[in-house]
Amino acid sequence: MADDNHRPEAPPTASDDARPAGTFEFEIEQSHKWYRRPEVLVPVILVVLGLSLLAVVEAPSGRFRSQFTPGRDVSFGWDYFFHLVPQMLRGLYTTARATVLGFLIAASLGLVMALLRRSERPYVSLPAAFVIEFIRSTPILVQMFFAQVLVRATPWLTLNPIVILFIVVGIHYATYASEAYRAGINSVPKGQWEASIALNLDPATKWTRIIIPQAVPNVLPTLGNYLVAAFKDVPIGDAVLSTAGVLFFANTIRADDFRPVEPYLLIGVGFLLVSLPAAWLVRRLEESIEYERD
Amino acid sequence: MSTNVTETDRTDLSDKGAASVRFRAVDKAFGSLTVLENLHLDVEPGERVVIIGPSGSGKTTILRVTMTLEHIDAGTIQVGGQHLYHEETSAGSLKAASERHIRKVRSNIGMVFQHFNLFPHMSAIENVMLAPVKVHGTSREEAQHLGMELLAKVGLAEHANHTPGQLSGGQKQRVAIARALATQPSVMLFDEVTSALDPELVGDVLKVLRDIAEEGKTTMMLVTHEMGFAREIADRILMFDKGRVVESGPPSQVLDDPQEDRTRSFLGAVAEH
Repeated sequence: MADDNHRPEAPPTASDDARPAGTFEFEIEQSHKWYRRPEVLVPVILVVLGLSLLAVVEAPSGRFRSQFTPGRDVSFGWDYFFHLVPQMLRGLYTTARATVLGFLIAASLGLVMALLRRSERPYVSLPAAFVIEFIRSTPILVQMFFAQVLVRATPWLTLNPIVILFIVVGIHYATYASEAYRAGINSVPKGQWEASIALNLDPATKWTRIIIPQAVPNVLPTLGNYLVAAFKDVPIGDAVLSTAGVLFFANTIRADDFRPVEPYLLIGVGFLLVSLPAAWLVRRLEESIEYERD
Repeated sequence: MSTNVTETDRTDLSDKGAASVRFRAVDKAFGSLTVLENLHLDVEPGERVVIIGPSGSGKTTILRVTMTLEHIDAGTIQVGGQHLYHEETSAGSLKAASERHIRKVRSNIGMVFQHFNLFPHMSAIENVMLAPVKVHGTSREEAQHLGMELLAKVGLAEHANHTPGQLSGGQKQRVAIARALATQPSVMLFDEVTSALDPELVGDVLKVLRDIAEEGKTTMMLVTHEMGFAREIADRILMFDKGRVVESGPPSQVLDDPQEDRTRSFLGAVAEH
């Protein structure tokens, strides 16, 4: 409980000096919008910038080839290891790009799914719940195979493997994101919903001004964790759909040179280099997002 | 976000004056627990009714069903002569009201909560301005002017840019009152508005309530445990127990010369601490 006597003095504001009642030359500060808070804004801008870069820049070539013909010597060699780095980065770039595009789908579709599942109409919420649970409880590996054969079996549908990949990742993680959104929405205190009724707010205002601004900051760290998880699932697409990501790179090199240790070790390093900073960003986000509740 | 106000939803923010509230045969139960039983109650325009009673007696539920936070099981409620939960058909009978109808009648009602329920991500002035701008289609300038006037009225003009987290409990409650007043309701509901406050902060909030009562622009229904305040402000006091009105009358009668045993024992228990 707050206490008048122990409150730090409020910073002086424009109207602190005594002013005759009725004249309000008052500057309204617009600093409390959740999406304008720097600790929310900075990571979001970074991610969005990264995403758009990845989305805009042309996909790199999917042809990987080593320059060494080492004969029968397949023991570990640092020279060999380092000369693969540029090609690994190319593969990693393709993987990251699919992750980002997929996650754009996941983050937006997830919110829609969460709202559908919360619907008061059972003919909306029940199918939504079924679809979400179904996708969430089947493995992404199986879904990827299924998407592939589905596209092959549909004559009028031709999709680039990379497109299939990020659609599958997008839908799969949308179901996880929807559960995160749902938890975030449920974490908004009951009093906020009641105040919205008492002020007679229309549903659009209630959701966009009251509920989502309080729910989404709580959800961002979870979404960040799912982004990292999705990044680690995308190489499954290389195995199933032959997209030209990091795993495809390593497989190609192994097939050409019979030297598997270096490329696989290298993609491990590649993942580490991306996942560590991402995990740090998420943790920072978690720490900074703490709303002062009423 | 553009405002989603259609012409019919728009309610005039000019003075509507106080409105009556009429409960007829209202029932409300939570599962097997009956909270309101065949409640008949008339609150006249501008009247100040204080509801007292032990906890669990259903007194808060009266306010909550009037605000449509809980829906009633049976009976009717009329606010300013309009049915809240029902619409009249052309044949003159009643049918369950549409969401649209409820919204229209509900715009005459304002409520202040025990735990304030301010929007924590908005400053005090933004809290106050939201409903006038979004629900009533008031311009931002006008709403800001009105909002600053109301914050000044509750003594918090200099805190307009502070978020609820920067305010004390008493200040939060006064912002919440200003927010409720901003829609110029004809009926104001106050649900134990001082119960969550430190004792030394109660006075400021009660002073604001007195001011509102003096202006007399709105009907007031209050649930409170502040018996001294109830005596001072109430036109009528209702003693509530087990979903029924046990006793009703002016403060001098109910508080000083209660006719019912239940009222006497309740007042005795309250006086003891």
